[in-house]
Amino acid sequence: MTRRVLVGVFESEDDILAATRDVRARGLTIVDVYAPYAVHGMDRAMGLKSSRLSVVCLVAGALGAILKLWFEIWTAAIDWPVNVGGKPWNSLPAFVPITFEVMVLFAGLSTVGAFLLVARLLPGRRPRLVDPRVTDDRFALVLEETDAAFDLPAVERLMQSHNAVRVEERVEEAPGR
Amino acid sequence: MAKVYSVLTQPIIAGDKGLAQVTEDVCRPMQRRPGPLWWLAFLVAATALGFGVAAVGYQIATGIGTWGLNTTVGWAFDITNFVFWIGIGHAGTLISAILFLLRQRWRTSVNRSAEAMTLFAVICAGLFPVIHMGRPWLAYWVFPYPNFRGPLWINFRSPLAWDAFAISTYFTISAVFWYIGLIPDLATIRDRLQPSLKKKLYEIFSLGWDGSYRTWNRYEMVYTLLAGLATPLVVSVHTIVSWDFATSVIAGWHATIFPPYFVAGAIFSGMAMVLTLMIIARKAMRLEDYITVKHVETMCKLVLATGGMVGLAYLTEFFTAQYSGNAYEQFVFLNRAAGPFAWSYWIMVGCNVGIPQLLWFKRIRTSIPAVFLISILVNVGMWFERFVIIVTSLHRDYLPANWADYSPTLVEIATLVGSFGLFFTLFLLFCRFLPVIAMGEVKGVLSYGRSREVTQS
Repeated sequence: MTRRVLVGVFESEDDILAATRDVRARGLTIVDVYAPYAVHGMDRAMGLKSSRLSVVCLVAGALGAILKLWFEIWTAAIDWPVNVGGKPWNSLPAFVPITFEVMVLFAGLSTVGAFLLVARLLPGRRPRLVDPRVTDDRFALVLEETDAAFDLPAVERLMQSHNAVRVEERVEEAPGR
Repeated sequence: MAKVYSVLTQPIIAGDKGLAQVTEDVCRPMQRRPGPLWWLAFLVAATALGFGVAAVGYQIATGIGTWGLNTTVGWAFDITNFVFWIGIGHAGTLISAILFLLRQRWRTSVNRSAEAMTLFAVICAGLFPVIHMGRPWLAYWVFPYPNFRGPLWINFRSPLAWDAFAISTYFTISAVFWYIGLIPDLATIRDRLQPSLKKKLYEIFSLGWDGSYRTWNRYEMVYTLLAGLATPLVVSVHTIVSWDFATSVIAGWHATIFPPYFVAGAIFSGMAMVLTLMIIARKAMRLEDYITVKHVETMCKLVLATGGMVGLAYLTEFFTAQYSGNAYEQFVFLNRAAGPFAWSYWIMVGCNVGIPQLLWFKRIRTSIPAVFLISILVNVGMWFERFVIIVTSLHRDYLPANWADYSPTLVEIATLVGSFGLFFTLFLLFCRFLPVIAMGEVKGVLSYGRSREVTQS
């Protein structure tokens, strides 16, 4: 499947923010915005929902803590109890520090792993750059030309009014969902 | 629409720079051949590292009898170095995680190199306990793994086991945090280079980053989560390091003040190390517009604040010992200030409590040579703090018949020099091959405090 997209390239943060807001207010489909840094307020302009990676972090952290606590109790009190200075087999307070460390380790690594997977950031992946300078100093707004109602000249004018330095139409491979 | 700009905010980055200028300024030193100064520094660092490698090789082959330790002073130089390096690392996490959560935007100029400093310092720190084991090839015994000795598990009640987990988690999370921060910048460098092997390498490590905002959105979330995890982590790491001492029954170690005292001291010495490195880097790589005098001044204030906490801890510790009614506690502290190691105690007090008071004066905080000197003295003081805590508490213990002296051997000194060599070798390589300034973050604060040209539609 291929699709037609309209790419507008901008030079400043304010222009791309205003253009994105405008385009969204008109109900056009934003494929993505490309920027050299995390533009403040762009998530609202694009109408992106807050990422659910925090759920991964919480669940993985809880899982790590529970597993480690179980492991400490099992090794110290069940599998091979060793008397250390007369301390109880299940020395729960003394098991807290490592439980905490393992919780952080699980939460951190799982969050990063999940992020790399959902963002499809993998070693050796070739980047498809919308504009060669998009990691340097350019911003790009990519719109999908959804149907015949897409008024190309009007959208082009809209982008020009926000100081787009270049507006062009492209045909690209639609990502397989 | 009228635009109103606050006159209270000052730009973070000096010089009226555009986005492309930032990329250019940060990447240019990496694409040039290194100058004679870099080679000289690298040669010195690598030589020091060489001494360290030779010393460590010798002491592992011979045994740790090559150290000046005896049955009374069983911990001295190497544990001092371990605590010192771990402490250095903590300021990097403070800058990258805690100041991020507190929305301190000036951190963007220094966070990349401060995080690198954390990693390298933790590498240096981790070496010492491993060397101290005497048989470092069995270091994996500190982790619980199924074995044929029962399986006999490690003792999870021991602070030394906590330490192994704390340090390894800290290293892993710091490394991941640092790398996640690097990905967008690696992509920027990738897109600047002509096709070559170098470009290929940057391409692999930038993981196909294309600047998509959907990715940026998730990236921001991951960054916040990692900062939220790293903040309690950094506190836990030095707390656990202090428990190595505080859970024992040695007078001078057995104190509840140890965790906050150690954490404050760690940030104090780490901040001083960040200042030392930044002052060199801004000069050597011409980054004066990014790491401005204002950055240096702000970090000086952090040094002053944490230095105050350290001073308060010294006083509290001394007072509590005298007030405790415990003759052993009282003796240890009087012995620190007036015993055979009094010289090291007064170096510690002078460098950590006395010298930083100069930073109350704005003229000194904004004078780069003065700050550079103070930052080095603070680290001298902080090294001696750990030495004082460890050696003076041990060398005259409960039985006067056991009292002993301690002096380091050449092997121990060479190992310390070697750890500095390792640290600076790694840092110099980092300056050559990776962007020392987080471009993706600095670009975001470029317009901060500066009126922008906004075209009205």
